[in-house]
Amino acid sequence: MTLSVENISKEFEQRGIHSPALVSINLNVEDEEFTCILGPSGCGKTTLLRIIAGLEKATSGQVIIDGEIVNGPTSRMAMIFQDYSLFPWRTVLDNIAFGLEMKGIGEEERHKVAGHYLDLIGLCGFGKNFPYELSGGMRQRVAVARALAIDPSVLLMDEPFGALDAQTRNMLQKQLLEIWDKTKKTVIFVTHSVDEAVFMADRVVVLTSRPGTIKEVVKIDLPRPRDRTSQDFATVRRYVLSLIDEPQLIQ
Amino acid sequence: MPPEIPPWWHRLLAKPVLLKIALPIIIIISWAVLSVLIDNEFILPSIGSVLLVLSKPFADILGSGSLVGNAMVSLGRVLIGFFVAAVLAIPLGIGMARNEKVHDFFDSTIQVFRPIPPLAWVPLALAWFRIGLLSMVFIIAIGAFFPILLNTLDGVKSIKKTWTEAALTLGAKERQVLAKVILPGAAPTIWTGLRVGFGIAWMCVVAAEMMPGTNSGIGYLIITSYNWGQVQVIIAGIIVIGVIGLGIDYLFKIVEARKFMWRELDR
Repeated sequence: MTLSVENISKEFEQRGIHSPALVSINLNVEDEEFTCILGPSGCGKTTLLRIIAGLEKATSGQVIIDGEIVNGPTSRMAMIFQDYSLFPWRTVLDNIAFGLEMKGIGEEERHKVAGHYLDLIGLCGFGKNFPYELSGGMRQRVAVARALAIDPSVLLMDEPFGALDAQTRNMLQKQLLEIWDKTKKTVIFVTHSVDEAVFMADRVVVLTSRPGTIKEVVKIDLPRPRDRTSQDFATVRRYVLSLIDEPQLIQ
Repeated sequence: MPPEIPPWWHRLLAKPVLLKIALPIIIIISWAVLSVLIDNEFILPSIGSVLLVLSKPFADILGSGSLVGNAMVSLGRVLIGFFVAAVLAIPLGIGMARNEKVHDFFDSTIQVFRPIPPLAWVPLALAWFRIGLLSMVFIIAIGAFFPILLNTLDGVKSIKKTWTEAALTLGAKERQVLAKVILPGAAPTIWTGLRVGFGIAWMCVVAAEMMPGTNSGIGYLIITSYNWGQVQVIIAGIIVIGVIGLGIDYLFKIVEARKFMWRELDR
């Protein structure tokens, strides 16, 4: 898998006024890499992810995956949203099997595959439940399984743990890293939490506040599994935090 | 002082079931008393004579057919008109909700026609389609059309954007998004529209059957009974209309509770 974001800019138009949201974003994502896009709210990080996913058109520039320009949603990349966006009328198993159903795979086969991913996220036994019977954290795990089931090369995650409480959040971060380790997917993960980015990522792409540009790409060399309480972690965390804070200080 | 015993009506009101049947009992008792006081079968027949009519639902009445037979004729007409309305309103509603141009094209016209009571169309229906099934279906369809349309519009619009986006990123084609996300996602609201639409269609059929020249249906039976001064048949007919309407509404609600529970439970 190769993914490159080439010179992406995005302008929004409101009542005739053009306002830039993203300016000249260039990024190469490596295979099996965990990349976090970090920035203050309103910096366009979600917009960038949506452009990569093909859900939104860039004003200029292009996203290229495996040598092909992204023109719309592609099953090479699966998106995970903050609000889980599970289909509430489908059981957990049928949610996970959704992408396979779209491909025309028969029920028995797709339930087998979905069952495998249900095990992977540690929710076996919940296949026949409906999403509303699960907690927020469990629902987001189902959303991860649903994305993995179509076997995409890239997982795009838009502040997936943003709506969860701190404890659940920490637990899901660890689980996601385990799943990432097992499945060897490339992950692009949008967050506004410095702590989350430093804990999860191989590389943190720090965006400036609006209009978003890449301020710095920070490589996180800390060994895994990472220890949030360690001195090294605190040092990296402090550095990344300083990148986020700076523009406000100047203003 | 000994504890005060609450008056009997307090105890009565404390039980919801009793409260629910209280008014029907009062109405029936008042009816019984009034029919004795008025003592005129042409104004208010006794409960007994109405029950007598209801006890023979398959018996011919004044050569106009039976209660059940006529009710079935009405039901058949309603189903045709209702089906026509649903077939037109659901796709149009989806189209309008999904596409702003389609919405703008139809919306102004719909807003103009919507407040017109279906029965205002009766003379036009007679002029265009003559007396018969077609004009009745026309009026029923108009009555059922708007609630189905507006609920479909509402249901499709209330679909979460991330549902369709998630489906697209999971490899769904536009057609699959429609069949697997938009329809099931809007189904509970569309179902509400069908339920309301059916209720209105059922009201319309009875009125449409009172049009001159009609010769069957429960509305026809009622208007004929009026002409013959058979008030007990009118009341029996009204009861049949009410019971059938209630029964069908109940069927709609059962399906709603079984199939669309997720709408209430999904936060």
